[in-house]
Amino acid sequence: MVEINLNRRQFLKLSGATAATLAVVELGFDTKKAHAATKEFKIAKSTVTPTICCFCGVGCGILVHTKDNTVVYTEGDPDNPINEGKLCSKGTTIRQLYTSEKRVKKPLYRAPGSNKWVEKDWEWMYETIAKRVKETRDKTFVATENGLTVNKTEAIASLGGAALDNEECYLLAKMMRGLGVTYLEHQARI
Amino acid sequence: MGANPAENHPISFRWLTKAKEKGGKIVSVDPRFTRTSSMADIYAPLRSGTDIPFMGGMIKHALDNNLYHKEYVAKYTNASFIVKDSFTFEDGLFSGYDESKRAYDKTKWAWETAEDGKPVKDETLQHPRSVFQLMKKHYSRYDVDTVSKVTGTPKEDLLKVYEAFCETGQVGKSGTIMYAMGTTQHTVGTQNVRAFAIIQMLLGNIGMPGGGINAMRGESNVQGSTDFALLYDTIPGYLTAPKAIPEHATLAAYNAKETPPTGYQSNKPKFVASLLKAWYGPNATAANEFGYQYLPKGNKNYSHINLFKAMYEGTLEGAFLFGTNPVVGGPNAGKEKESLSNLKWLVAVDLWETETSAFWQESAGSNPAKINTEVFFLPACSSYEKEGSISNSGRWMQYRWQAIKPLGESKPDIEIIHELATRIKGLYKNEAGPQAAPINALYWNYGEGHHPDIDLVCKEINGYDVNTGKQVAGFAALKDDGSTCSGNWIYSGFYPEEGKNRSKNRDNKDTGMSNYLNWAFSWPANRRIIYNRASADPSGKPWSKDKAVIWWDDLQAKWVGNDVPDFVPTKAPTDPTGTDPFIMNKDGVGLLYAPTLNDGPFPEHYEPFESPIPNAFSSQELNPAAVVIEGDFNKRGFKADYPIVATTYRVSEHWQSGTMTRNQEWLSELVPHMYIEMSEELAKEKGIKNKDEVIVTSARGEVKAYAMVTKRFKPHKINGKNVHQIGMPWHFGYKGIATGETANRLTPHIGDANTTIPEYKAFLCDVRRA
Repeated sequence: MVEINLNRRQFLKLSGATAATLAVVELGFDTKKAHAATKEFKIAKSTVTPTICCFCGVGCGILVHTKDNTVVYTEGDPDNPINEGKLCSKGTTIRQLYTSEKRVKKPLYRAPGSNKWVEKDWEWMYETIAKRVKETRDKTFVATENGLTVNKTEAIASLGGAALDNEECYLLAKMMRGLGVTYLEHQARI
Repeated sequence: MGANPAENHPISFRWLTKAKEKGGKIVSVDPRFTRTSSMADIYAPLRSGTDIPFMGGMIKHALDNNLYHKEYVAKYTNASFIVKDSFTFEDGLFSGYDESKRAYDKTKWAWETAEDGKPVKDETLQHPRSVFQLMKKHYSRYDVDTVSKVTGTPKEDLLKVYEAFCETGQVGKSGTIMYAMGTTQHTVGTQNVRAFAIIQMLLGNIGMPGGGINAMRGESNVQGSTDFALLYDTIPGYLTAPKAIPEHATLAAYNAKETPPTGYQSNKPKFVASLLKAWYGPNATAANEFGYQYLPKGNKNYSHINLFKAMYEGTLEGAFLFGTNPVVGGPNAGKEKESLSNLKWLVAVDLWETETSAFWQESAGSNPAKINTEVFFLPACSSYEKEGSISNSGRWMQYRWQAIKPLGESKPDIEIIHELATRIKGLYKNEAGPQAAPINALYWNYGEGHHPDIDLVCKEINGYDVNTGKQVAGFAALKDDGSTCSGNWIYSGFYPEEGKNRSKNRDNKDTGMSNYLNWAFSWPANRRIIYNRASADPSGKPWSKDKAVIWWDDLQAKWVGNDVPDFVPTKAPTDPTGTDPFIMNKDGVGLLYAPTLNDGPFPEHYEPFESPIPNAFSSQELNPAAVVIEGDFNKRGFKADYPIVATTYRVSEHWQSGTMTRNQEWLSELVPHMYIEMSEELAKEKGIKNKDEVIVTSARGEVKAYAMVTKRFKPHKINGKNVHQIGMPWHFGYKGIATGETANRLTPHIGDANTTIPEYKAFLCDVRRA
């Protein structure tokens, strides 16, 4: 976990109660006080973790506030020199990636000819997929071709990965090439 | 040009508006008057698919009016090289064309070399077969009147853009070109980018701060996923994937074929051996060519379009999808959906149920009883529910820490990949034989338990000495004798010693020229501006004090400055190769003339696969090196039935195939509907009013959506006649909160001659009221 020490001024800056608001309050105008207090309440005692936006390739910094096992707030990371705390509409709503009711929370299986998903456990999914990969691979594996060692299967494809982390991309490329996959492609092509 | 950063990369656009505040000018070239255009000093419309005429005209303008940076062009590019007389160009065809193969013999385009292998040069640039003179001749045909007739751009707008941009050829000024899919998604996509590179080299804008050509990456880590080679034709670090050809039969043969004798790429065998050591560990030895033979060797183009063609024809049995949704995002998406039912099994790893993973459902228009594909959906968690790094458009590798545990039973992709690899390896553990050997040899050692130790993965990517286990300081330390490993040499140096992962750096003090060298890590070697040797003149002094990046310090006898030199730090300007800034090219200079591409050494205009007019520049209609797939898989439309030019685009509120945004409440509310954008003139002709339901048809399919009638599209005046163009977002599908019909049901299955990227951005259609 990265350590971010938030002093009071930074905290206000982050929470949207900017220095300007602070000045107003200090001058004795307290119309904004209730608003500032609400803001403070929402993210008080939350844990702040820096991340990078998952959408376009600009690489904006975002701070994720978590509390009580949920994401309570997200905002632009003012320390990141790329966006200096600013975000677009997509970066702003990144909290809903966690809170959306549409997220799939369990592995799902669709049998041949079936019209519905069935929930399965991870263990069964991993074991079954590994078996399918092996069956297809063994049946279609080409060790040599025209006197050359080629060690490939042209019956398995892997698509996607532009939203994965570098470490994930690395292991995916290593696994797929390790299996002999030649149909290895992702969004950079399209 | 070919990008709309105000809407699609909004925070990058903030820096353009800052430059504007300081007197900079923004030029927007786009078929549609976008929000970027509305903030620009100059806007020029063009018909989709005519970028090469537009830029060819600019190249001619710069040359005719002596607006190019003469010393830069003479010293830092191949302008002075003498091309062999086997190079010719006639009526749209370069020499060496074989029509039956739709391919060129590129050896016809070679330049003359002296006995030592070095190019023969004429630095006065006067030789009639010098690259400079050939280029001048080639683009003499791109006069502003012809260009205007083809692009539809009014002549005065063309000249305004040419004059403004060519001003950046002056010392002390710089200009950048930001592009995105509007540039690349064409049958001439690679050559569109080449045209940008040519003008930027002519103006001396490469290697300069505020210069360059900048690809606006559409996905948060499409830079990294490309670096790590999730593509059929490369292995990590842009090394060529071995092919089933005699020249790649052994590691020695591969190295001989792929390694140029000069330039930094001459170190390639070290990077290949280190990659093999990372993949096969102790099973990679000098005796077995470091496991080279375990790698698959392909014999064809396995790119996206061909992958779906194989699926359509039933030769693919199984497929993995990692966060991708081709039923919405793929070209000719109706056919891609149809192809999926030929699979025996499909594994979809995603946060959401997508149009692709649910292709078999009734709501997808399918009959589930007739589809025998087994589908495994594995729920992945979001980016802040796990940890790891991503690389942005500027190659900055930034770390993302885990903010919260994965939702429900969802899991990080890295764990899913690790579990699958471990289990598949487990099934082969007790087997021998040719199919078991490569998998048993694969070195997979990332700790105990379900979750791999990401720190071990990072260390392997950076590389270490396999005998001592000590991290290597960078790619310069990699060896070809099997004593070092590195999973991706271009990233080597991001983790140079125990406990020091530089992608985690968060010191945001500006270290000069806004390079922020202590924020994150930028490959290669933390360099922020690629080819920055070119920011200094041949003697090693910055061309301009205001644009100083690096310079030669005589006293210290090394390059110093605001950035990490993209050059051997102690190589003096007086060294025989001390004035060769383009270190990744064999001859150390930029390629105005590139005899390596499939479709010619100079960008030449060809019309899109589907075009409303004949090619005004030659009798070659389509890029002669683009591969055309015939038949049902790729139906072609013609002007008589489909007279309107169409393109696709994106909006700020949605992202790619919409999976990540149409499943969120707020973004769905902001842009809830699919729409077709058209000009007032076209709407009037067709009797269409704003918000009417309309049907757009192409040779591949049809799409129903609301009409959005705007002043942002105007008919193009092409050769004196009106040609209409429409546009539409490609984010929609039938799943999620905001739903709509899928634009890509209309787009064709044809790709660029070099990359096979589909031509999404220029096709023909017709439109009518629903």
